[in-house]
Amino acid sequence: MPLVRGGKIVTDPLIHVADDAELPGEGSILVSAAQFLENPEAVASRAGKTGVSWPNNRDIDDLVPWLGRLASVALVFPTFRDGRAYSQARLLRERHGYKGELRATGQVLRDQFVFMLRAGFDAFEVRKETDAEAFAATVKRYSVFYQPTGDGRLTALHRRMQLRHSESAGQ
Amino acid sequence: MYAYDELDRTIINERVEEFRDQVKRRLSGELTEDEFKMLRLQNGVYLQLHAYMFRVAIPYGTLSSKQLRALAHVARRYDRGYGHFTTRQNIQFNWIKLAELPDALADLAEVGIHAMQTSGNNTRNVTSDQWAGVAPGEIEDPRIWSELIRQYTTLHPEFSFLPRKFKFAITASEHDRAAIKVHDIGLRLHKNEANETGFEVLVGGGLGRTPFIGKTIKPFVHGHDLLSYVEAILRVYNQYGRRDNIYKARMKILVHELGIEKFAKEVEDEWLQMSDSALTIDDQVIEDIRSRFSYPAYEKLPQMPDELKKAAHDPQFEAWRRNSVAPHKVPGYAIVTLSLKPVGGPPGDATAEQMDAIADLADKYSFGEIRVGHEQNLALPHVARRDLPVLWKALDKIGVATPNVNLVSDIIACPGLDYCSLANARSIPIAQELTRRFANHETASMIGRLHINISGCINACGHHHVGHIGILGVEKNGEEFYQITIGGRADENAEVGTLIGPAVPYGDVADVVEDIVEAYLALRARPDEIFIDTVKRLGVEPFRERVYATR
Amino acid sequence: MTSPLEQKKIRITGPSMVTANRTWDGAVIYRTAGQGWSADLAEAAIVRSSDEARTLLAESVADDVGAVGAYIAPVEIKNTGAIKPGNLREHIRFRGVTIDLPVPA
Repeated sequence: MPLVRGGKIVTDPLIHVADDAELPGEGSILVSAAQFLENPEAVASRAGKTGVSWPNNRDIDDLVPWLGRLASVALVFPTFRDGRAYSQARLLRERHGYKGELRATGQVLRDQFVFMLRAGFDAFEVRKETDAEAFAATVKRYSVFYQPTGDGRLTALHRRMQLRHSESAGQ
Repeated sequence: MYAYDELDRTIINERVEEFRDQVKRRLSGELTEDEFKMLRLQNGVYLQLHAYMFRVAIPYGTLSSKQLRALAHVARRYDRGYGHFTTRQNIQFNWIKLAELPDALADLAEVGIHAMQTSGNNTRNVTSDQWAGVAPGEIEDPRIWSELIRQYTTLHPEFSFLPRKFKFAITASEHDRAAIKVHDIGLRLHKNEANETGFEVLVGGGLGRTPFIGKTIKPFVHGHDLLSYVEAILRVYNQYGRRDNIYKARMKILVHELGIEKFAKEVEDEWLQMSDSALTIDDQVIEDIRSRFSYPAYEKLPQMPDELKKAAHDPQFEAWRRNSVAPHKVPGYAIVTLSLKPVGGPPGDATAEQMDAIADLADKYSFGEIRVGHEQNLALPHVARRDLPVLWKALDKIGVATPNVNLVSDIIACPGLDYCSLANARSIPIAQELTRRFANHETASMIGRLHINISGCINACGHHHVGHIGILGVEKNGEEFYQITIGGRADENAEVGTLIGPAVPYGDVADVVEDIVEAYLALRARPDEIFIDTVKRLGVEPFRERVYATR
Repeated sequence: MTSPLEQKKIRITGPSMVTANRTWDGAVIYRTAGQGWSADLAEAAIVRSSDEARTLLAESVADDVGAVGAYIAPVEIKNTGAIKPGNLREHIRFRGVTIDLPVPA
């Protein structure tokens, strides 16, 4: 499954570690929430980058204390129609100031890329090769956004305000 | 009337282009139906019995004449020459081809009409009072707030894949014409002691399989906080609404299962954590939206002009005027309802020719504006009273002046099994027969206000639960049967109707309704005690006896 | 008339066929014996056992590009061998709405 970061297909720097496997002492890994929570201090302290995959039916509260020490949080879309991870993503980014990689996993399809970016995702385990290849073009679909999220894009409202101010300034 | 600016138009156009790409990928097989279905629903495209159905949004029920002509064009060019106005102030076309939809959407985009989020598990058309902006005694125009919410909820990245559909309604009048109590979020606009605008927020209302009347979660949310508060509600629902069972996924179920106090606390907790909020609505924001709303330059006109005095001798005109014309907040003007319930006709339908003619009349007599009501009728909201006689003649000519507004033959009905793949039974022929049984205008007037609502299945798109008489189609051994309820109402005293007895077969429904009406006429305390009040006073029993005595 | 799209277990009680809507325009179509679709009910493949029905449905559903929403529906076979729709819903799909259209076709 191709990983898209920075608008391009890249090699996944994280190794997915199965629940019953030993955690490597070094190297970059992605572990499940269940495994992480067995001994979060130990996992977070390991040398090498650590990412945690968090289920979409669990509050992120238990993850929040560890955010500063994680290189990646992977959230899940069991089907593309299950939108709980969008809320989790926004809370992680906007309420808890999470700055690491926020990865979308599960049924990640082309027609949700813009929503995901706006919610704060910056890495995507894309289901279809063709969708991954179309990523850069797809995210240009929309140039106007009504509502603010933490993504820094100017909302329509702000653009209108700016226009007003520049118009009245120019008079 | 709200005028779209460059930014509003850009979003619509970008959406059309996205959908065009999605349709292309569907038809080529790159997208499976499983991947495509939710995408097409998010653009208002259903699959029905005979064809696709296309639901177009009419935000808070307000249309310009130009827009109405564009709808007529779509009916003509892409459909079979007519459209159906719905119980949520939208319009539906029944014969549309998927391959032609992007072009239809592009044509509509040119006049600022879209179909975004008219279906799917997202936030739907924000409906309001069809008399917004012109009703006497209205506190302020709720459509400004409707438009604010419309923009806020359109293509919202966090809330486009909710557990289930989500519906808003807003009212700003004492008499609730927007049925806010049966919506996921119902908003009652009012002022606090400091004369500041705010909203009583109700949640968890809805019809369908399990009807609920909405409960107040907060008696006053300041206008400044409306969007942040709504975001808190949506976030709680998005995270905790059920995803395992589509029949238990609406917010009304979550509110019911948690209880209103616990639900209110979840929302409050979430809301309090939303600091500052980029969503705070300050006066600048309101001014910005308001600046794109235009209002007519009303003249100073007499309340009783000569034209009206002269026409008073015409009994047909008078019958129509007394039935279909309502007072306007500006003296000398009136609100005119156009009945789309002709005798023998399918309720809520209009042909392309009718739409064009109404658009012309709107230009001439209503400052170019038309309204759509959830009763499936239209309205011309700014008619000078001196123009009523000449307008009436023109409306009568095109068949939209049946003087039956709010009467027994002003029936609200879903499309039913004639069109809809979810239906158990037909609803339109039932409505048609009822209009024939009660075609006599004097009789209908004498019966008085009586709302009949017909749904062809338990999804209740005809709002049968809140009909004074509600009719629900069910299936028994491959035959069409109908459950009858009485005593429902959709307004500020909203309540769900009561079943009067076992379901009756298709052929009996009109007789049953006649029996109910006869019982009412015999039992009412005075001629002006309307049906719903007689039911309230006496209960269901006397009606049940009458109907089932010989059945 | 309870939406057959909610069918979970496939069991037929008489002669049946598979019907769907054509993807590009939504028109009513019937699965033929030749692994295709036809708008003509006379050309519908008839199945008489639940196994046959299941097979026909599976093959129909696999044609995701050509058809949408395939399901099994009853038919009535006349003495002449003519195939008729087997319930009210299929009658309506076959013949069209039971009311006059606001604009005559």
